[in-house]
Amino acid sequence: MDFFLGWGTQIAFGLLVTIEVAVLSLLLGFVWAMLGALAQLSSNAFLRGLGRGFAVVVRGTPELLIILIVYFGGTVALTALMKAIRPDAAYVEIPALPAGVFALSLVFGGYASEVLRGAFLAIPRGEVEAAQAFGMSSLTSFIHIRLPLMWRYALPGLGNNWISLIKDTSLISIVGLEEIMRVSSMATSVAGDPFRFYVIAAFAYLILTIVNTSAVDALERWAARGERKLAQ
Amino acid sequence: MNFDLMLESLPALLKGTAITLQLLAASLACGMLIAIPVAILRINGNGVVRLILHCYIYFFRGTPLLVQIFLVYYGLAQFDVVRDSALWPYLRQASVCAILTFSLNTAAYTAYILRGAIQAVPAGEIEAARACGMSTALAYRSIILPHAFRLALPAYGNEVVSMLKSTSLASTITVMELTGVANTIVARTFAPYELFITAALIYLVITYVLTSALRALEHRLSRHRRPLVQTHPNLAESSHAAT
Repeated sequence: MDFFLGWGTQIAFGLLVTIEVAVLSLLLGFVWAMLGALAQLSSNAFLRGLGRGFAVVVRGTPELLIILIVYFGGTVALTALMKAIRPDAAYVEIPALPAGVFALSLVFGGYASEVLRGAFLAIPRGEVEAAQAFGMSSLTSFIHIRLPLMWRYALPGLGNNWISLIKDTSLISIVGLEEIMRVSSMATSVAGDPFRFYVIAAFAYLILTIVNTSAVDALERWAARGERKLAQ
Repeated sequence: MNFDLMLESLPALLKGTAITLQLLAASLACGMLIAIPVAILRINGNGVVRLILHCYIYFFRGTPLLVQIFLVYYGLAQFDVVRDSALWPYLRQASVCAILTFSLNTAAYTAYILRGAIQAVPAGEIEAARACGMSTALAYRSIILPHAFRLALPAYGNEVVSMLKSTSLASTITVMELTGVANTIVARTFAPYELFITAALIYLVITYVLTSALRALEHRLSRHRRPLVQTHPNLAESSHAAT
């Protein structure tokens, strides 16, 4: 009898699905975060309100509830849409993966939009003025001055959001996606021994968070490479 | 949108809200009771104690709450030691398992925040306490912890809101709190928008009340740091005249 009681392969696949969901949510979430930050910084009061509202709603609603809204709400909306096109259409269920990725990307986007907004506002005015004085166009100064600085200020916050996102992927197991948490539950219901399988899942997540925390630290050091170090 | 259904299910949802608030209050209270000694021992304990507490904090911060709650609810029950113990009548209840897990989880986060805050208390204050002949315990009680609490409050406020949202996970182990009630009614009526959006609005209201209360507390705890001008224009004027 091996340590995984014959579930090793499924658990490994579950881990891959977890990583896939996390990365996809990160990419899509970045789009929401950018749009949210731009809206919050906009001179248009309506857009500002929209951006603020998005961040406030996402930060004040449980992640599980957001996943349930997207999954069941999406199913109802899609069924209604199909019925409108073809009245004899059956009940449509959206797959757990896109629903979960969409829900988690909204969560990440809500938190990260505030981080990006803060980072943008933290850029020293002198740097931007210096770029203007050199005759840089606003696009050039955005790419060469603002973006690298923003990146440096935003990284610690985004790193935290990313670690939270990895842990939040476990919630998609509730709507049936076969990632590591779901696989552990299935293994438990077949082979018993819930303690063993949930400890395995816990350590899988722990490895993911440890690896990613050090990756974020390395990125932070890289982003800060131009910073003047204090004399020792 | 079926507004009648929203109104109709409101009493059930509010009953769930009461459970949510009970879970939150119990977990925050137990969590704080655990976090204070953990934070102090994490700084002052001997090497072994510090290592154990480091691992405790790292485990609870590095794994999803869902895994932790399943470990406690499903995992503990398989051991005879647990089932034969005097605590079993409590540990078999889902709500007790939920509060236990939430407390241990929030305690780890709170201890992490408090540790940072305690270390941020200026060394001069601690030296002054020592110079006055205070014992370590007295210095902690009357100098270090009060200051650390004020420093920790903004981060702790985020933890409180995050704990409120985490209580929704109790629904996964059959506790009928707000999310659980909404989910049950959705399974019966299949009206996800009405129910989940009403639940989300209730969560938003609680978040708003919590953040406002915490901001008021922060304001009050820093009242000795504000210039007199803001509180008492008359006093400020007289002190101005005196100088």
